[in-house]
Amino acid sequence: MEHAETAGNKIIFSVWFGLLGLTVLEVILAYRQLPLQTMLTVLMFLSIIKAALIIAYFMHLRYEQASLFVTLIPALVFILIMMTVIFADSSRLAHMRSLVQ
Amino acid sequence: MWLFIVSDAITFSAVIFAYGYLRLAATAWPRPFETPSIANATVMTFVLLSSSVAMVLAVRASSLGKVGSAIGWLVATALGGIIFDVLHIREWLGLIGEGVRPFHNPWGTPMFGAAFFSMTGLHMLHVTIGVVYLLVIAVGFGRRKFSAVDVEVSGLYWHFVDLVWMFIFPLVYLLSAKTA
Repeated sequence: MEHAETAGNKIIFSVWFGLLGLTVLEVILAYRQLPLQTMLTVLMFLSIIKAALIIAYFMHLRYEQASLFVTLIPALVFILIMMTVIFADSSRLAHMRSLVQ
Repeated sequence: MWLFIVSDAITFSAVIFAYGYLRLAATAWPRPFETPSIANATVMTFVLLSSSVAMVLAVRASSLGKVGSAIGWLVATALGGIIFDVLHIREWLGLIGEGVRPFHNPWGTPMFGAAFFSMTGLHMLHVTIGVVYLLVIAVGFGRRKFSAVDVEVSGLYWHFVDLVWMFIFPLVYLLSAKTA
């Protein structure tokens, strides 16, 4: 975990304000009458940006060796994508329920 | 710690995906969170984000060998975690008072309670463990038992707990906000 440079105060506080700002934006969006799907997409997009900011600056992955990033992140993203297969079954369930009723 | 974090991320993802599965298959998912609940959860988010900044400062102070300042920031971080927990428990008690149980609630799909309590409960458990972890590190660092690297590793854990909340907050609270 030895590393020479990390983010300075200026960067850390800008990231902090950025995260707070994005949170406020999310809360405002929650009160807009958007379709659930659009809202889910927008909120998840914003959350991924926030997660990336936290990982890059607070967890200083940006300042580590590239091999650490390559070891961790692609595998995680791959697993998350594989997990989405269950949603096909979920919508099938919703469809079947409407047939029963 | 990085490997633990990735595996823990997968654990949380599994719980979040299970919630998505249930919600997609449900016909009437409740949206019970009124404005005070959303405000409460927003304050919780701010507290957690700010505690992460305190953690960054603790890690920096420890790497510069400033023991007193590092301990101060570590305690401030843990305090943020405690405030977060207290606010969240208040929210839980409110919901339980309204009659939400793991397999029953007054509004709609019975599984709402199970999904809500397991997701937020798992996260609350992580915050609580994090508070204990940070305080142990603070005491140990003061006694020169732990090094600056140990402080940094505990920081990674704390930021991860913060990161997970960035997903749980919109998915659980904002997507279930009661809008007129």
